[in-house]
Amino acid sequence: MTGQYIIRRLLIMIPVLLGVSLIIFTMVRVIPGDPAIILAGPHANKEQVDQIRAQLGLDRHPVIQYFSFLGNLFQGDLGRSTRTGLPVTKEIMARFPNTVVLALTAIILASLVGVLTGIIAGVKQNSIFDHISMMIALFGLSMPVFWLGLMLMLLFSIQLGWLPSVGAESWKHLILPAITLGANSTAIIARMTRSSMLEVIRLDYIRTARAKGLTEKMVIWRHALKNALIPVVTVIGLQTGTLLGGAVLTEIVFAWPGIGRLLVEAILSRDYPVVQGVVLLVASLFILINLIVDLLYSYLDPRIRYT
Amino acid sequence: MEAIATEAENKQYSQFKEVFRRLVKRKTALIGLVLVGFFLLAGLLAPVLAPNDPLEHSLQHMLAKPSAEYPLGRDELGRCILSRIMYGARISLLIGLMVVSIGILIGVPLGVTSAYYGGKTDFIIQRFIDTMLTFPGILLALILIAMLGVGLQNVMIAVGISTIPIYARLSRSSVLAIKNRQYIEAAKSIGASDSRIILQHLVPNSLSPIIVQSTLHMATAILWAAGLGFLGLGVSPPTPEWGAMLNGGRLYIRVAYHVATFPGMMIFVTVLGFNLLGDGLRDALDPRLKL
Repeated sequence: MTGQYIIRRLLIMIPVLLGVSLIIFTMVRVIPGDPAIILAGPHANKEQVDQIRAQLGLDRHPVIQYFSFLGNLFQGDLGRSTRTGLPVTKEIMARFPNTVVLALTAIILASLVGVLTGIIAGVKQNSIFDHISMMIALFGLSMPVFWLGLMLMLLFSIQLGWLPSVGAESWKHLILPAITLGANSTAIIARMTRSSMLEVIRLDYIRTARAKGLTEKMVIWRHALKNALIPVVTVIGLQTGTLLGGAVLTEIVFAWPGIGRLLVEAILSRDYPVVQGVVLLVASLFILINLIVDLLYSYLDPRIRYT
Repeated sequence: MEAIATEAENKQYSQFKEVFRRLVKRKTALIGLVLVGFFLLAGLLAPVLAPNDPLEHSLQHMLAKPSAEYPLGRDELGRCILSRIMYGARISLLIGLMVVSIGILIGVPLGVTSAYYGGKTDFIIQRFIDTMLTFPGILLALILIAMLGVGLQNVMIAVGISTIPIYARLSRSSVLAIKNRQYIEAAKSIGASDSRIILQHLVPNSLSPIIVQSTLHMATAILWAAGLGFLGLGVSPPTPEWGAMLNGGRLYIRVAYHVATFPGMMIFVTVLGFNLLGDGLRDALDPRLKL
């Protein structure tokens, strides 16, 4: 891996991020509904609405609005929420840690369960464990997260009373949302680990290791796993990014105070600056995580060289 | 000339038969086929099979438990849940088909052009695709729906647009894999035009991954559309849509579990069916995995 490659990848991020910011800026502004009218309330007259519009800077030319948005962005200023009047960065920072905790717990759970299941299913191909676990994985892929969340809530909170259903007060509140959010990724990781394992154990060097008289355990854990896990690391990385943005539905089901819920609330109340801020944050994080995954990939697999 | 044409037709037919034979040989694919068939029947025959009017409400019987007349019970407005699920299948089917069509009609030309011409065209199209791919999962559909407003048509457009990058990437990579083959060079050397090469050679030969992807995408489309419906950003009421039905029943989960459970189960079974069928098709179309 060369430093030049990293620099080139970072440079490519600039047009993509500019594209993202332009798309978000344009999209958010063609959303029907005038935030100045909404903010002014139903009894405001035209003058009051105009005044609010001027305060928000919405009376200026869109191009000027975009450049002033970009300029502020570089200074870490994302504007103020039209709904609460608080700075967007503050709104986001109040919610973002919750989403990070939820997404990280979900991905750790998904990686542990997914990788372990995938290894066993791959090593014992066509066994009952293989068939059943892959069937469950397919169930995990096909289940709507919001339904899974509701069903878990129905069973563990309402019927059994073991876990709290909504909110984020203690670690107990984290369990059901994390399982719900991680279910899909668990399935993807398990399937990937299995197929990667199957591919690797057919290679010559594994046959050599077996021929040397190494124990099966040694062959699997010391030889096969190292190479089999390379693509799995990529998938885990990509899933982490997806979970950050994909937490919307889970957060709504469990009333989890994260940025996904913030985004839906902002969309419903036409809070432009908050929508922009959340989407920009998620998109930048996603790009960054993908870059790290790519670099990690070439570090783990010396056969891959980027030039 | 005619004989050659018939021969080609026969070949195509036997190829189709061969793929179908390989498909039904796999138990899981067969289950997928049955589940998808079940979904299609429920949707297409809803007016005949549905026991009640999906829109007829009765507040007196709200949240009523399953009974002989109302096999899956009644929802928060006293409407027949089974009938609404059956009519909802039509909505999901329509959404799935439209989403996949939008994805293919825009995504495939983008990918093929990108791969075939390379250079600057490729760079620009790929940055555009990169930009779209920076919105993970349902996020892009969410922003688009916020922009377009709620409603059936907008759900289809929003989810459809968000699937474009996947088709573009897929068709790009399959064209890249075949564009330097000898038969393409041969076509070029006899003076075939770019559009002829693309339409007659590149597109047909990169079709199988697209068929597989489209089947799997029916599943994603149904899931995402239901997700938007669940967030209250989808098809407007009182249209029976699965996600919205689930959202309606969510508030009553403590007193009437059936209202949210059955529509969710239907989404699950349908999506599972398309996933199984897609997996099966992939194996059937990939000769390397010949059974």
